Amino acid sequence: MAKVDKDSLANTFLIAVFLCLVCSIVVSSLSVSLKPMQQLNKELDQKKNILRAAGMLPADQNVSEDGRSIEELFAEFTVRAVDLRTGEYVDDVDVTNYDPIRAASDAAISVALTPQEDIATLRRRENVSLVYLKATPSGIEKVVLPVRGYGLWGTLYGYLALDGDLNTIAGLGFYQHKETPGLGGEVDNSKWKASWQGVRLFNDMGQPQVRLVKQRSVASNPVADYEVDALSGATFTTKGVENMVNYWTGDGGFGAYLKRLRSNALAQG
Amino acid sequence: MASQKEVLIDPIFNNNPIALQVLGICSALAVTINMATTLVMCLAVIFVCTMSNLAVSLVRNRVPTNIRIIVQMTIISSLVIVVDQVLQAVAYDISKSLSVFVGLIITNCIVMGRAEAFAMQNGPWLSALDGFGNALGYSVILIGVALVREPLGSGTLLGYEIIPTVANGGWYVPNGLLLLAPSAFFIIGLFIWAIRAWKTDQVEEPEYEIAPNGQYKEAI
Repeated sequence: MAKVDKDSLANTFLIAVFLCLVCSIVVSSLSVSLKPMQQLNKELDQKKNILRAAGMLPADQNVSEDGRSIEELFAEFTVRAVDLRTGEYVDDVDVTNYDPIRAASDAAISVALTPQEDIATLRRRENVSLVYLKATPSGIEKVVLPVRGYGLWGTLYGYLALDGDLNTIAGLGFYQHKETPGLGGEVDNSKWKASWQGVRLFNDMGQPQVRLVKQRSVASNPVADYEVDALSGATFTTKGVENMVNYWTGDGGFGAYLKRLRSNALAQG
Repeated sequence: MASQKEVLIDPIFNNNPIALQVLGICSALAVTINMATTLVMCLAVIFVCTMSNLAVSLVRNRVPTNIRIIVQMTIISSLVIVVDQVLQAVAYDISKSLSVFVGLIITNCIVMGRAEAFAMQNGPWLSALDGFGNALGYSVILIGVALVREPLGSGTLLGYEIIPTVANGGWYVPNGLLLLAPSAFFIIGLFIWAIRAWKTDQVEEPEYEIAPNGQYKEAI
C-alpha cells in the first residue's frame, strides 16, 4: 500500500466525513435507544415531586411508608386540565403531553401579565393549566397545583398541595430552582417544607393571605394561621415564594377554579 | 519511552493535572458540594478521558495536522454526549444535579490537553493508560475537596449525617462558605501547598527576583 499523504486535501475531506459519520451514528443510535428510559425517568420524577408535595412520599425515598410504589400512589390521582380564566375543566387537552410552562411562552394560548397582576414575575401565564386531584367518594381529598415564581436568581418551579377543604396547605415542594445553596436553597429543607402543613390560605374575603414572616404571631392571633417562618438570609427567595403561593391561589391563578370547587362541594354537602 | 507504570501513576501526585498543571478547575469548583455528584463526575471524566485518548491515538497517523483539533473535539464531544445520555437514562437524579457540568466535560482542559499532548504521539495502550491516570489524578483532588466540603458544609457524607447540624437538632452550625464555589479554590490551594511541601521539586522558580536595594552614593 502506498503511503497516504495525510495532509492532502482529499484525505482531509475523507477523514472529516468519515469521523462525522461514525460519531453521528454512535450518538444518534444511543440517543434513540435510550429515549424511552429517559422519558420514563422524567415522568417518574414529576410524579415523585407531586407525591412529595402532597406529603404522600417521604423525601429521599421511592416508596411510601406503607411500602407502595410511586406508580401505585400516583394512580390515586386524576389529572385534569383547567381553564384558569373561567375555572372550568377543559376536556380537549391531552393531559399526558400538555406542558403548562411551555404553553405560557406560546402567545396564542397564554396571556401577558401587567406589572400589577404579575406579583410572581412570570411575564406570561398560560390559559390552561393542569391540576392533580385525589378524590374519594365523599369528596376531594387533595388537590395539587403546579406553581412557579421568581426568587432571587431565577424561577422556582414546584407543586402546591391543598387539603380537601381547599383552604389549608397540605404541602409545598420545588423540583427546580436556582437559589443559593444553604440560603435560598433551603426551600428544599424538609423541616421548612413541613412548616407549610396546615397553613391557611384564604381570608374571609376569599383572597389568599399567606405571609412569610420573621417572627410568627402568637397562636391566639388569627393571622398566625396564615404565617410561615421565613428562611433566614434569603429575603428575596422568601418574598418570591410568598408571592408565588398568593399568585397561584389568587384570581390570577387557580382562584376561579378553587372557588368553583368549593361551591360545588357546598352544593353537594 | 515512559514505562507503563509511570504513565499511569505519575499524574496522581507527581504530575497532577489539577495541582501541578492547574487544569480542569471549573468543574472541580462546581460539582464538589456533595460526594455523590463528585463520584459520578469522576467516573464520567475517567471514561471520557480514557476513551478519547484511546480513540485519538488510534487515528493519530491518519488525521491531517490542520484539522486535528477539530477531530479531537468531535471525538471528545461524542463521548461526552454518550455519558450524558446514559446518565439521564440510568441515574436521573444525579444527572439532574450535575446539570450542565457533564456537558462541560467537553471543555475540560485535561481531556483535550491529554489528547493533544500525549495521545497524538503515543500508541493506543499507553495513551489509554495516560488518560486513565490523569483522570484518576483529577478524581483524587475532587474527592479530597468533596471530603472537606460536604461534611463541613452540610454535615453529611454521601447523604448520611455525620455531624449533627443545628437545623436537625445537633450542635454544628454548617459553614455556608463551603457550599459556595470559592471555597473549593481555598481547598485546592491548600492541597497544592501540601503536595508541594511534600514533593519540593514541584515548587516553581520565581519568575524574577527583586534585586537588593542599591546603595546610594553621596554626590561628591
